[in-house]
Amino acid sequence: MARRLTLSGNDAAAEAMRQIDPDVVTCFPITPQTELMHKFAEFVADGEVKAEMVLVESEHSAMSAAVGAASAGARVMTATAANGLALMWEIVYIAASNRLPIVMPVVNRALSGPINIHCDHSDTMGCRDTGWIQLYSENAQEVYDNVLQAIRIAENPDVLLPVMVTFDGFIISHTVEVLDALEDKDARGWIGDYKSTYSLLNTDEPATFGPLDLQDYYFEHKRQQIEGMNNATAVIKSVGEAYGKLSGRAYGMTENYKTDDADYVVIALGSTCGTAKVVVDEMRAEGKRVGLLKLRSFRPFPHAEIVAGLASAKAVAVLDRSVSFGAPGGPVHKEILAALNGTGHTTSIVNYLYGLGGRDISTTHIRTVFEELETVAGKSIPADEVRFIGLRG
Amino acid sequence: MPAPKQLAEREDLMSGGHRACAGCLPMTAMRQMLLTAGKDTVVGCATGCVEVVTTIYPYTAWKTPFIHNAFENSAATISGAEAAYVSLKKQGKIDKKINFVAMGGDGGTYDIGIQALSGAMERGHNMLYICYDNQAYMNTGIQRSGGTPKGTATSTTPAGKVIPGKTQFPKPLTEIMIAHDIPYVAQATPGYPKDFSDKVEKALAIDGPAFINVLTPCTRGWRYPPEQSMEYARLAVNTCFWPLFEVEYGVIKINRKPKNILPVSKWFEGQGRFRHLFKEENKGIIDEIQAEVDRKWTLLLKREEMTQA
Repeated sequence: MARRLTLSGNDAAAEAMRQIDPDVVTCFPITPQTELMHKFAEFVADGEVKAEMVLVESEHSAMSAAVGAASAGARVMTATAANGLALMWEIVYIAASNRLPIVMPVVNRALSGPINIHCDHSDTMGCRDTGWIQLYSENAQEVYDNVLQAIRIAENPDVLLPVMVTFDGFIISHTVEVLDALEDKDARGWIGDYKSTYSLLNTDEPATFGPLDLQDYYFEHKRQQIEGMNNATAVIKSVGEAYGKLSGRAYGMTENYKTDDADYVVIALGSTCGTAKVVVDEMRAEGKRVGLLKLRSFRPFPHAEIVAGLASAKAVAVLDRSVSFGAPGGPVHKEILAALNGTGHTTSIVNYLYGLGGRDISTTHIRTVFEELETVAGKSIPADEVRFIGLRG
Repeated sequence: MPAPKQLAEREDLMSGGHRACAGCLPMTAMRQMLLTAGKDTVVGCATGCVEVVTTIYPYTAWKTPFIHNAFENSAATISGAEAAYVSLKKQGKIDKKINFVAMGGDGGTYDIGIQALSGAMERGHNMLYICYDNQAYMNTGIQRSGGTPKGTATSTTPAGKVIPGKTQFPKPLTEIMIAHDIPYVAQATPGYPKDFSDKVEKALAIDGPAFINVLTPCTRGWRYPPEQSMEYARLAVNTCFWPLFEVEYGVIKINRKPKNILPVSKWFEGQGRFRHLFKEENKGIIDEIQAEVDRKWTLLLKREEMTQA
């Protein structure tokens, strides 16, 4: 039985956290994540959850305390955005390296400077190499579903890596939508109990966490971490399937939306995928063979799904909502080129930069992108050619 | 409070074979702390000498659970571990009493870690923070910290032809922690082991956050022969440069009032880092430091009288 709720993205994440009821939640406020934590703080204040909330004095300490709590065998969550994620970056990397299955909603917001509170993906793209799994969400429903799945993915013994569930600031975090949530007992059953292999609190079998790891072992430990991330692909898929059986909403690494016979494909992540689906439906109705390839998991990167999803494409637009300064194209674009490398693909691939600092992207913009794709099909596009959407001048 | 003899009979929870220098008083402080705290103690330490010499993978010198996270977040890390303990205890998943001890050197505490320390103390976690203060960033090669005394020659404040070492007085960290109004704050040194041990015991028994600033001479950074570490620890106390005192719920008690207070120059003598202060042109610096030590000691005596009343 599903419960139909009307929630903002932030409240959807908080609802999932209520059902997960972690042992410890660490928190520091930053717009647009604040309302998520307000909601969870209400659950704590009303005794609806047992979680111990640690209201720290910075995001750096939020992640540091999360590492301490997770090392003590607790199930731990926190949440942040933008500059908060940047401030905790050092410990974000350590959390993954220590193989701590922390789950953290990140509400995507442009990094300073100049300071801006609205959506782009510069924050999470900036830490795409920290060793965290990254799941991007299209809407409040996916925020809720992804947070519940993230716990199972992170704690899988073959993975043991932290997971960021990202969603677009304001566009998702502050937009109220209708979504279906699990009954509490189903959610609790799905989450299950967590038992860590090692714990600081096990004083009878004392272990040292975070030791100095030099030339003779560091490399092997990194290799193990690479294996954990590689294993995550199969786990994300199996968890997504199992969640589908439970909720009726199955998930994969990507959502290949009407790409099977598509001549022209847009690749995007986050809320823009919802906008793009509208355009795909409209243009399909007009007889155009267009599709959307939505990246759900950015880390690990879904190479196989990309190759399959672009099999029929004559031209592809890769939409980046963050910049990789000095690189040929945005972060998503580079990954797509790398995924196709060696597969014999001859698809024309165009990189679009859009939406920085919350600049709006409309169905008209995306329709224009599809129309441009029709003109580039068959042409060789230089890897460093970047087009801009919605930019003045 | 256990007698030193009783402490000596307890299991040593720091194994031999770690890589600390001979004469390292931070490591003496660790062993003294562990003898008092016992095995049911979770220890966290900031990046620094102690962490580096005790945990080179695949070895560890710690016979208690130990965590190192990063340089500036020892207090935040242990506050998280303590929160996990509180949560699991509330849920009935653990029942034994566990002590939580976070540590950092003076660099990791006076400077880069002070924000995390201040936050953890304000939140009221039931934990003890120990600063092992050796008065400079020794692990990275003896650079000045906010805890380095005025006049000290360090790698970043060398005794030059124009500038004679560090020009600032140290940050009054112990006073900053007293100002946090936490249940227990103390100054100690392994040079007076019973005093330190009693303070650790008291700090762990108190419900709530506690802080102990422990002066731990460093043979390499202070530049004296390793066998003189204990002597230099005691001289710091007997010159009143490092008074032994404690503040329990706001009440100050001075634990050692030297009968014959020695001039600070007696503590400086023989330490290579202060050698240049004995040059004729730098004598004024010693006088200035002496005046500051006298002022603070007099003030401490008055504060003790005031708060005891």
